[in-house]
Amino acid sequence: MEQYDVLIIGAGVIGTSIARELSAYDLKTAVIEKEADVCFGISSRNSGVVHSGIHYAPGSLRALHAVRGNELFEELCSQLTVPYERIGKLTVAFEESQFPTLEKLYTQGVENGVPDLQIIDAKRMQELQPGVGGARALYSPSTGIVGPYELTIALAEHAHAHGVDFIFTEEVVSIKNRSDLYEIQTKKGSQISAKIIIDAAGLYSDSIAHLAGIDSPRIYPCRGEYYVLDKRLEDELQLLIYPVPGNHSSGLGIHLTNTVEGNILIGPSNDYIENKEDLSTTVQILARLREEGHELLPSLTSSDFIRSFAGLRPKLTPPEVGGFGDFIIEDHDRFILLIGIESPGLTASPSIAISIREMIANHIPLALKKDWDPSLTREERFLELPEDRQEQLIAEDPDYGSVVCRCEGITKAEVLQAVDRIMGPVTYIGIKLRCRAMMGRCQGGFCAPRIAEILKTERDITIDEQFYKGIESPMFEGLLREESPHE
Amino acid sequence: MNEKINVSILIIGAGPAGTAAALGAKEAGEDSILIIDRDTRAGGILNQCIHDGFGLMRYKRALSGPEYAQLDIDSCHKKNIPILTDTYVHTIIKGDDHFTIKAIATGRLYSIKAKAVILAMGCRERTAGAISLPGSRPAGIYTAGTAQRLLNMQNTLVGRSCVIVGSGDIGLIMARRMTLEGAKVQAVTELQSYPGGLDRNIRQCLDDFDIPLYLETGIVSVHGNDRVCGITIAPLRSDRTLDMKNSQYITCDTILLSVGLIPENELSRSLDIAIDPITQGPIVTGDLMTSCPGVFACGNVLQVHDIVDLVSEEAKRAGRTAVSFVSGAYADTKELFSIYAGEKIRYCVPQVITPSSTTTLSLRVTEPITDATISITNDATLIKKRRYSFTQPSEMIQIEISVPENLVGSLEVNCE
Repeated sequence: MEQYDVLIIGAGVIGTSIARELSAYDLKTAVIEKEADVCFGISSRNSGVVHSGIHYAPGSLRALHAVRGNELFEELCSQLTVPYERIGKLTVAFEESQFPTLEKLYTQGVENGVPDLQIIDAKRMQELQPGVGGARALYSPSTGIVGPYELTIALAEHAHAHGVDFIFTEEVVSIKNRSDLYEIQTKKGSQISAKIIIDAAGLYSDSIAHLAGIDSPRIYPCRGEYYVLDKRLEDELQLLIYPVPGNHSSGLGIHLTNTVEGNILIGPSNDYIENKEDLSTTVQILARLREEGHELLPSLTSSDFIRSFAGLRPKLTPPEVGGFGDFIIEDHDRFILLIGIESPGLTASPSIAISIREMIANHIPLALKKDWDPSLTREERFLELPEDRQEQLIAEDPDYGSVVCRCEGITKAEVLQAVDRIMGPVTYIGIKLRCRAMMGRCQGGFCAPRIAEILKTERDITIDEQFYKGIESPMFEGLLREESPHE
Repeated sequence: MNEKINVSILIIGAGPAGTAAALGAKEAGEDSILIIDRDTRAGGILNQCIHDGFGLMRYKRALSGPEYAQLDIDSCHKKNIPILTDTYVHTIIKGDDHFTIKAIATGRLYSIKAKAVILAMGCRERTAGAISLPGSRPAGIYTAGTAQRLLNMQNTLVGRSCVIVGSGDIGLIMARRMTLEGAKVQAVTELQSYPGGLDRNIRQCLDDFDIPLYLETGIVSVHGNDRVCGITIAPLRSDRTLDMKNSQYITCDTILLSVGLIPENELSRSLDIAIDPITQGPIVTGDLMTSCPGVFACGNVLQVHDIVDLVSEEAKRAGRTAVSFVSGAYADTKELFSIYAGEKIRYCVPQVITPSSTTTLSLRVTEPITDATISITNDATLIKKRRYSFTQPSEMIQIEISVPENLVGSLEVNCE
């Protein structure tokens, strides 16, 4: 039985943040994940916003971790070479009746320690975002955007480079507390033991806690649907613009969000659903998002919508209550429960990781590794490099000259690097999240067949072994005719 | 290595448009021509169109896609017109009297100077996002053209049982192709009350194989977490909403989308070339010149065609006019008049014309029309009138006109 000091259940942004934080210490740590890869749940299906901290009740964990997390983001992203921009946000009041809410958010933000908040008038709003509607706004310059999957992947890779094990496609089905050790069993029958368990299982952190006999509140999945827009519209939006939230809303309202890649997102909607696996988009919500999108972005055309997707929030408040619950982060006899880490979970992740490390220090003395290097460097995208660097790289590896994904301009060398960086089974989604091939306006129409060929010829992954998001998810039916040189 | 090249005319795309444009330029006396294509072989999308029916107008016989493409590729080779394949143009910069084009290929960078550029990049397929396909996002959702490439060029079958969403020509062709390879095509669905593809393809690809076509039918949801396991469809009510009472679930492992094509104008946009919001191709003159002097457009990057023979013809014209541009014979002081797509006309290419010229207008109607009369007028003066016993949006209409010397305001095209 493999024995660890710390076992983290869940390879989302919370699990990988903790893994990376712990990788600096002399600990034997592993992350176990039921999916094929990191970031296959909530962490890749959100707006990618690094919130300022204005929305959360003073003294709450959400307020504490959002503000401290926000402060940590810039350095974190520069260490890990992850795209991050502090672009600022306007929370807009459209009518006078909303002004008091704006004031309340301002006071709350100041109390939470959010820097540089200002209430601004329509004139200043126009300077920041020409054409924006509304009478008054709360401007929070510290609000930023980050590539959520780039971050999660970088955290995992950095942790892995510093000794953290990653175990994929293993679902935890049993957790036994043996006085000073937890014994874990997986669906496939693997056994692992650990002194400390971190439950960072997102939507499933309630079920994981129940396995350990911990009386955890239940999670209510709440779906948000989104549209992804063509990069053509990138310059239309200078900063984030949110409406003033309603009183009992469980989300922050449908809005436009810039992404670090230049695609604008429309969404998310906000609907409680029953099934934690149901990532469907729906006719009604998509129609509403399109309508609101056209209102907010008059130059939008139908071909600018390149994809729709849905993400789920792990809410602690039931549908009849709505609103937001606070994060729950508790140490139950070396089983550390993290539950209800919905928005601002991404923002909070670096701060939560520090708190968890401190909780672990109560059980195990922590010693810093001498050789721990906080940075993870990565080459920029080939087509964005200066020409002399391109010449250099192409001389070292001719595959840099072969463009596989036309829409995003991703080369064969970069696709192969993405394939080789995947820690678990190779999947198309894994490749896509690591190099952006198949993520552009044609959504893989041109490059997916080329990637199929590259996997076959360069990495000996046959057509039958090519999967979309896991081994239950075959890309193809198979070869049409046998491929042998002589019949 | 960084290779520097100087040419008169650079053509981007070596599909039927690019190769025909090169031949048109060569025939007009230009020797300094270069074609660049991002794929590993010339021929463009025709390489995956292994069915026949190409060349009926131009060669009076039915060729397969690769055969049709090869004829012009061979002519290019014979006439020493170089084609660089596996080469991707990523940047075009307009200079005072030339364009600088940056491209990359396996093992090398290119920096190319050209006096004129012909855009022949073709088009791409609309995606699930563009049609707001509702439901889950499992493996098994492909655009029809992607499935066609996998099947015809990569020996790969995408699924065993499929529903085709949209009745564009590629979807119809793939309905037949998948059936011939042993897959079951459960149905083809179409939002409109008429098919998106050509009549002959409805007959030869659906009717001949008893594949049902559900018109005025929308998608309620795609099902399946890992791989597609089914799709729910429903007829549209008269107000275009889904009639859920009559919805049906179809079990399938694959969904093919054939929901339209979008001209690939990202490079054009980087030159600030004006784009027609309807065709999504550049706005061009009768000479097929875009709003950027020295840049010409032809083929599917200009407007989505349904017949390749017409692409070749249009491209040859672009090649010839590009030559007159680089030789300085092109008067850019000519006054431009716009052509207005009026009653029941979806669009008209070119969008602007010069007086005293001869031009071929390409246009489509907005709906199926019996006994259609299309008239081209200028300030109440009739320039040309053509009658059609039946026409529909899937058929491009071409009308050659002589533009008079004295024009008042814009030209108008109407159908009744």
